[in-house]
Parts: sequence; C-alpha cells; structure tokens
Amino acid sequence: MEEFFYYSWTILPSLLEGTVITLQLSAVCIVVGLAAGSMIGLARVYGNKPVYRIATIYVEVVRGTPLITQVFFIYFGLGDIGILLKPVVAAGLALGINTAAYQAEYFRGAIRAIKPGQVTAVQAMGGTKFDAIRYVIIPQMFRIVIPSASNEIIYMVKCTSIAFTVGVPELMFKANREGLMHFKYVETYILAALIYIVIILTLAQVLKFVELKIAIPGLGLKA
Amino acid sequence: MLLRVENLHKSFDSLDVLKGISFGLEKGQVTVVIGSSGSGKSTLLRCINCLTPPDKGQVWLENLELTARDADLNQARSKMGFVFQDFNLFTHLTVLENVCFGPLRVNKKSKEEARQIALEEIERVGMLNKLDAYPAQLSGGQQQRISIARALALKPQLIMFDEPTSALDPELTGEVLAVMSGLAKDGMTLLVVTHEMGFARSVADRIIFMEEGTILEQGPPEQLFTAPENERTRYFLQMISQLE
Amino acid sequence: MDIVYTLIGELPQFGKGVLVALQLLAGLMTLGMILGLVLAALEVFGSPVLKFVAGWIRKLLWAVPQLVLLSIVFYLPFNLNPMVAAICALGLCSAAFQSQIFRGAIMAIQPGQLEAAKAMGLGQTKTIIYVILPQMVRLSIGGWTNELASELKDTSLAYVVGVMEIMRQGKSIISYTFGNSLVVYFFIACIYFCLTRTGTYVFYRLEDRLWVPGFEKRKD
Repeated sequence: MEEFFYYSWTILPSLLEGTVITLQLSAVCIVVGLAAGSMIGLARVYGNKPVYRIATIYVEVVRGTPLITQVFFIYFGLGDIGILLKPVVAAGLALGINTAAYQAEYFRGAIRAIKPGQVTAVQAMGGTKFDAIRYVIIPQMFRIVIPSASNEIIYMVKCTSIAFTVGVPELMFKANREGLMHFKYVETYILAALIYIVIILTLAQVLKFVELKIAIPGLGLKA
Repeated sequence: MLLRVENLHKSFDSLDVLKGISFGLEKGQVTVVIGSSGSGKSTLLRCINCLTPPDKGQVWLENLELTARDADLNQARSKMGFVFQDFNLFTHLTVLENVCFGPLRVNKKSKEEARQIALEEIERVGMLNKLDAYPAQLSGGQQQRISIARALALKPQLIMFDEPTSALDPELTGEVLAVMSGLAKDGMTLLVVTHEMGFARSVADRIIFMEEGTILEQGPPEQLFTAPENERTRYFLQMISQLE
Repeated sequence: MDIVYTLIGELPQFGKGVLVALQLLAGLMTLGMILGLVLAALEVFGSPVLKFVAGWIRKLLWAVPQLVLLSIVFYLPFNLNPMVAAICALGLCSAAFQSQIFRGAIMAIQPGQLEAAKAMGLGQTKTIIYVILPQMVRLSIGGWTNELASELKDTSLAYVVGVMEIMRQGKSIISYTFGNSLVVYFFIACIYFCLTRTGTYVFYRLEDRLWVPGFEKRKD
C-alpha cells in the first residue's frame, strides 16, 4: 500500500500534465458538439429536403461508426493522401465531428418533445415560423436537452482517452508512458482511473446542479 | 362587415369537410357555431385565418383578403385572436411573459408597453395573482383564461374560439365561459365554436348551425332554439337538450 | 484502383476480424447483462446497504473510460489472453449501462399492478415471473438495442490490447499491403456501419413482435 502511495506521488505531476490536456481537449469538443449539434438538430427538424438529407446522412454515418475508426481515418487516412495534421488537431476534429452528431440527435429529440401547438399559436398571432423557432423552440430545446447532452458531455471526456492512440499527450498517454517506464502498468492505470473518476463524478454533479437551476416546472422530456 | 367568408371549400384526402361555407360578421357581434362532431366547425375556424389554407373560396377581414396569393397573413393574423382547445401556452414562459409575447414579439411594442398591456388583460381575465406562475402549475381553466388574455393582448379586431372548454373538466368550464361573456358585454367581436348550449343561448347574437360541411341554418338564438326551421337543426337540438 | 482489388482480396481477413468482433460482442454483452441485472435488482429491491454498494459499483464502472479499465485488466498478473481481458473489461463497463436500462424499465412498471398481484395472493416469485419480467423485457428492448449498437462499435477498442478484431486486422492489412489508410479505414467504417444497421434492424423487429398496446415504443 505504502509503495503504491509513494509511486503515485512520483508520477502524479506527469499524469496531471496529461489531465490538463484531457480537459482542454474535452472542453473544445464539447463546445463544438453543442454548437454544431444544436444547429444540425434544428436542420433535421426544420430544414428543407436537401438540408435534411445531408444532415441525416452525416448523423447516421458518424453515429454508425466507431470513434477510434474516425480518429484513424482522419489522422492516418488524411495523412496518407498528404494532409498531415498534428495529432491533437486530428483527434480534436474527430471528437468534435463525433460528438456533434450525437448531440444533433439529442437536440432533435428535445425539439420533438415540444408540443407543435405552441408553434401554431405563434403563427395564429401573426408571428412567423422563424419567430416561433427563435422565441419558443430554441429556449425550450436547450432546457429539455440537458439530461441527454450532459450524458454525452461526460461520455466525451472519457472518449478523449482514445486520443492517446495517435500520440496526444493526454492522461491516458501519460499513464501509458509512465507505466512503460516504470514497468508498473496496473498501478499507473489505477491511478489514472482514479483521476478520471474524480473528474467525471464532479462533472456529473455540476451538470446535475445546472439542470436543477435552469429547470422550469412542466418542461421536460416525456420519459 | 368586419369578416366575410365566401364559398369556403376544404377536403382532407378524399373527405370533403367544408362544402361551400359563406357568411359574414359585423363588429361587436357574437357569433356561435354549433353542430355535431365532424361537421367541420373547427376546420372552418382554421380556414378563416388560413392556419389550414382552404381549397377554394375567399376570406375577407375588412379590406384585406386573407386568401389572396400575396396576402400578408401574419399582419392579418395579428389582428385576429385565436384561442385553442388545448390552450397551447408557451411552457417555458411565465403567465406574464406568455401574455407579453404578442405585443412584444409580434406587434413590436416596447417592454414597458407590452407589460402594461399584458397586465390589463391578465386583470381582465382575473389572474393577476399568478403572474410568475408557469403554465404547468395552473389548472386547465386557468391556462385557458391566460390563453384568452394572450389573444386579447394583441388588441385584435375579433377573437375566434375553437371549442375553448372541450378539454376542460366540467367544473372548470364556468370560469372560462364567464370570461367570454364578459368580453361579449364589453362589445368584443367573437366567433365561437362550442358545444356549450347555455352559453350560446344567453350570449350569442347569432347562431350558425353546421352539419356535414354546410351551414344548415342561422339566426338569432331565440329563433333557432325555440323555432328552428330545418328538421336536422331540430333533431340536433333535441339530442343536445337530452344530454343537458 | 488496385486498392479495391486488394481490399476484395483481403475480405477473408476482414471476415476473421468481424467474427472476432462478434464473439467479443457476445461475450461482453452477456457478462454485462448478467452483472447488469444483478446490479439493477440490488439497486431497486435491495436493502439500503446493498442499494448503496450496488449504486457505487455502478457509478465507478461508469466513470472509468473503457480504455483505462481495459488496460488495467489486461496488465493484471494473471496472464490473461487479450480476448478474455477485453470481454471482462468491456463487459464490466457495459454492466454499468445495462443496469441503468434495466433499472429504468423496472421502475416504469406501475406499482399498482404489483399491489393487484399481491391482493390476488400471487406469491413473490410468481409476481416476478408473470408480472415484472414480461414488462421489464418490453420496456428495456429499445435501450438495450442502443447499448448493443454502442458496444459493437466499442469492440474496436480491443485493438489497443491486441485483439485481432476489425481495426487490428485493418492495421495489419495496411502494413503488409502498403495500402492506403484512407481507403482501408473508410472500408472498415462501412463494415461497422452495415453491422450496426443490421443489428438494430433485427432487434427493432423483435421489439415490434413483442409489442403490446400500452407500451411506448422507442421514439425514433
């Protein structure tokens, strides 16, 4: 036990460096995921035929393939045809594209949970469909999506660990390296797991808090 | 003539719902449309403000033809209040915000003006004590009253009601009908589709009886309820009175 | 264009990868289901202590990234073969998700029905078999199918510990044919896409078969 603590103490700085990268990478792709996802979700519900088609193909394809394949496709695949991307850029791109597709589906579900009668009510008042989307749909959409979007956010933080396969120096990568250097794989990964657990559980609490703060009685996905 | 409807036709798939409806409304008049389910009453209302565009026929609001190809429908609709059977209040807005919505977002009034207007109308329907409540926290009757306030806030030239009490529990219909009677007394132009015969009898200036997509008979309530000309009207009223 | 011919030539290799992936999937889903049901039952019906413990086991398994757990299990001093390690690790992670699904399903059953069963004198076991289970199955299919599709894609993570599933096969094929990564990974993506589609289709049909009015089907 003592040995474990002593060992952890020595490699902690390195792992924490990796954690910083993990958090940065997560933050970027979460923001991208929410921004792009909300727009694609809206496109899937309100877009005209061609827009709908493109958005649907994008969502179906990205959700139907594994993340690691997408990362390799962008990093190695594009690399083979001459587009050389830095590992962190390739990973970030793949993660962003991936999470946007999932968020798009969650936003779409949120929009569909809003009774269409409310849009009709706006039109009956002389408002345009755009007014309805802007003032009625979007505010509710962002609230209803929170449980699913939170889930996806947490999932994304865990998925950043995949970036280690292409050499991004995040937590998993550092753990891998330390494990290799000291030949103590299990201890190192357990320590890394503990760090991830702390991050994830805290994040989950924060998101739950946000959800409660923003809640409005009567607004929620009909489970 | 405030509202004129001429020869409206509407079909869904192969079913003809409206088969040539024509009538007119004067300002200050309360018109109640009655008829059995499926007679086309609700469709008529939705065709008038073109929420459901009619297949044939014309609708005129004063000098504005809503059915014209280049008609500014939004402009027209902002002058016509519409109260839905299932209220359709905005779930994410408080009572006050819901009623402010029309003046603020459609009529482009300032925040203070919108608030003033909203408070007036909320007072008129007797809900001043619930300004910060959300629709989900209100009973059906309360929600419908707010829905009426929301329509009133647009300062429309007439208000259309699509079976306003049908989705309410019986003990809640009274409060809504009371509000509507109040509006009639204040001289508002109302076009109401309803099953509430008591209301029709006491508040309406004119009753329109519809069946299977056409107007079978129309006239003042005294005439229609006591001495209907058409046999089908008589039959319908008999059935209804048996239920009351 | 010879990349296409190469790919076609390598189909048997890809096929092996798919087989391995499916075996991995079957293994991990089974482990996940058994453990998931146990955790769910404990969390819903257990004593406060069991509830707490089961709840925390689930939370911890959920909070750990799959790759990390995979590595921990793989490097344990038991000399585990990569496939077994992968099934164990991914199975544990899946158990966390599956227990959530089963828990939600059980809690969605109206308690009034259980009272009615009690009032009729139906014993505990029979209530579970005839009232709870049939409803729980119908209520979980949608979520479970989504989890299945998810795990099918997660078999790709076993690449990291050397299991010869689809991604590993792909990497190996790229190296010994000096192939174009872009085309090969695109092809691999297609394989996964087809597998996921077929899998969800089959299970959605199953859901339809089992459906009875009164149960809300998954909303597409």
